Amino acid sequence: MEKKTALPFNGTKEQEAQLMAVIESHKNQEGAAIPVLHKAQGIYGYLPLEVQQMIAEGLNVPLAEIYGIVTFYTQFSLYPKGEYQIGVCLGTACYVKGSGDILEKIKAQLGVDVGECTPDGKFSIDATRCIGACGLAPVFTVNDDVYGRIGVDDVEDILKKYM
Amino acid sequence: MDMVRGHILCCGGTGCTSSGCEAIIKEMEKQLAAYELDKEFKIIKTGCFGLCALGPIMVVYPEGAFYSRVKVEDVEEIVKEHLLKGRIVKHLLYEETVEENGIKSLNETNFYAKQMRIALRNCGVIDPENIEEYIAADGYKALGKVLTEMTREEVIDEILKSGLRGRGGGGFPTGLKWKFTYAAEGDQKYVACNADEGDPGAFMDRSVLEGDPHTVIEAMAIAAYAIGADKGFIYIRAEYPIAVDRLQIAIDQAREYGLLGKNIFGTDFNFDLEIRLGAGAFVCGEETALMTSIEGKRGEPRPRPPFPANKGLWQKPTMLNNVETYANIPVIINKGADWFNTIGTEKSKGTKVFALGGKIHNTGLVEVPMGTTLREIIEDIGGGIPNGKKFKAAQTGGPSGGCIPHSLIDTPIDYDSLMAIGSMMGSGGLIVMDEDNCMVDIAKFFLEFTVDESCGMCAPCRIGTKRLLELLKKITDGKGTMEDIDKLEELCYTIKNGALCGLGQTAPNPVLSTLQYFRDEYVAHVQDKVCPAGVCKALARYTIVADKCKGCSLCSRQCPVNAISGKIKEPFVIDQDKCIKCGACMDSCKFGAIIKN
Repeated sequence: MEKKTALPFNGTKEQEAQLMAVIESHKNQEGAAIPVLHKAQGIYGYLPLEVQQMIAEGLNVPLAEIYGIVTFYTQFSLYPKGEYQIGVCLGTACYVKGSGDILEKIKAQLGVDVGECTPDGKFSIDATRCIGACGLAPVFTVNDDVYGRIGVDDVEDILKKYM
Repeated sequence: MDMVRGHILCCGGTGCTSSGCEAIIKEMEKQLAAYELDKEFKIIKTGCFGLCALGPIMVVYPEGAFYSRVKVEDVEEIVKEHLLKGRIVKHLLYEETVEENGIKSLNETNFYAKQMRIALRNCGVIDPENIEEYIAADGYKALGKVLTEMTREEVIDEILKSGLRGRGGGGFPTGLKWKFTYAAEGDQKYVACNADEGDPGAFMDRSVLEGDPHTVIEAMAIAAYAIGADKGFIYIRAEYPIAVDRLQIAIDQAREYGLLGKNIFGTDFNFDLEIRLGAGAFVCGEETALMTSIEGKRGEPRPRPPFPANKGLWQKPTMLNNVETYANIPVIINKGADWFNTIGTEKSKGTKVFALGGKIHNTGLVEVPMGTTLREIIEDIGGGIPNGKKFKAAQTGGPSGGCIPHSLIDTPIDYDSLMAIGSMMGSGGLIVMDEDNCMVDIAKFFLEFTVDESCGMCAPCRIGTKRLLELLKKITDGKGTMEDIDKLEELCYTIKNGALCGLGQTAPNPVLSTLQYFRDEYVAHVQDKVCPAGVCKALARYTIVADKCKGCSLCSRQCPVNAISGKIKEPFVIDQDKCIKCGACMDSCKFGAIIKN
């Protein structure tokens, strides 16, 4: 767990102002918590407790409820992601074509597990559900770059590009 | 409008975007300008053509030349030869469309010939970001018809008569759902659209939203009129950025054209729509969980009754349909229930879209009349299994469905036939597996998914699926007993009977159906400690074939645990007790002397 929480929260005043504007614009909307959390994660990259606190106060909802929502949905992250976010598709179409082995290889290569970030903050790995590129199976993504029809042996060379 | 000599349709769906269509479109713009053809040809970014395996796809009209797997460096040749000189670049065409004296229309190829496109009628045909193209394709005609010529009751009757059933998986008659919500009492009613396509390996709804977003908007407005709602929500996965963008563009355009908002078509009907993003929870595809999520809470299901038709969003009567179901509505209104009724089987009317994936040639999106057999989909449309491998099973219905073995390949695909053989229609994922796939491993894969995605609300699902997974792991690790198989089966039924929501109740299906049709594989894992497909690592056995081994010692140097020994230039041996089954030896051997079984 230490690995994940090592970075202290260092949000800027500008980010806070952006968040306040978002909260203001959703204040009277029914069921505003999820849209606000989406936008807050867009601003900060993740949803640390400090940010959840601001949202709870702004929307006048108990912090426990906000925390409950954040931890329920897999898209919301309590921890910062790496500069390069790797997403290995574990949808069925990719899985039957061997994406499980590709995930293992990436984990071994980077030395971190799914949901974790390398200590230098460079790479984080997520196992994603179907990204819909089944025609290219097996697929993994590095930020917006998509790598399809790959084998375990290609992993090392692809990751090298980002090292 | 400017007149042009030809159109270049480029697929801009997620599949082709992933294989690089953006770069192709940019290059095409550049080349058109370079050859001064930019006034004569128009590039249109469409939705999915369905043949994702051949992406990026480009179709040039009026000829209808279907270029597949286009590369950036091919674009200039297409412009120079085809657009400028009128000579179709045959070697870049999808080979199925090439004939000796010209080209075959796409509709005559094996992939398209047996398809019938209703829900996907506009995908790959129109520009999804341009409302006028949708209107030109009879768009919003059905909405105009119901608002100005039909009563609310007539609309519901028409849908009832069409026999349309929910395409999200359950197969509940759509017209009945409309009727119940129409009859429900309430000062405020809502319509909602389920676009939270969580089934791994399924992308039908996404393709409709990317390729034809207006059809969903139009259908929701028709539904709203019929049941008496003035507000709608589309709940869509945040993982579908292209679909979300196009849907928002479509909503904005519809508002601008007065097709959403107040007094639509000059009547007193008001309707507006809002997009709500999901946040990655499979359970939110279940209707009550989806509504809880729209309300901004943890997406946990609630017990039914009360059904959403009476108490849905914010306790108000709510009618929820899936994307594909909605996509059928405008066509049914325009062409009539009697026409729709002629397609499909007795109890399953119309067509169904499937996302065809896995071990199959033509990965992609297909829409076939209900009652088409699995064999037709896999062999004729899908082009069969690659690499000369044998078909083993097809999986439908995702984590709620089951595996269909080769002996049932002639089963007609409709709601009831699939249910009868222990699978289900589901939302439309159809994953093909060959002899290299281990069925126990597949069951384990789906259970891992369910354990991960169980919302934790009820014990049968939260604890039961976890125990199921543990048993499956024990079996794939080679530590299972015959009793475990019995326990597995018993637990499946406990979960089926005890879970709160549809997802929990169907979670054991992948185990039950593989047990039903592939019990021998389970037994092989348990009794013979062998994985017949060679997938389960713990059961793999690497051996060196003495005849082929040259005694080079490379494998023994690769082995991380020094399990391989021998004399140089004599056959080496693997010590099975030491071997950790990593496979490094097999990868390193240059003579193919190491085999895995």
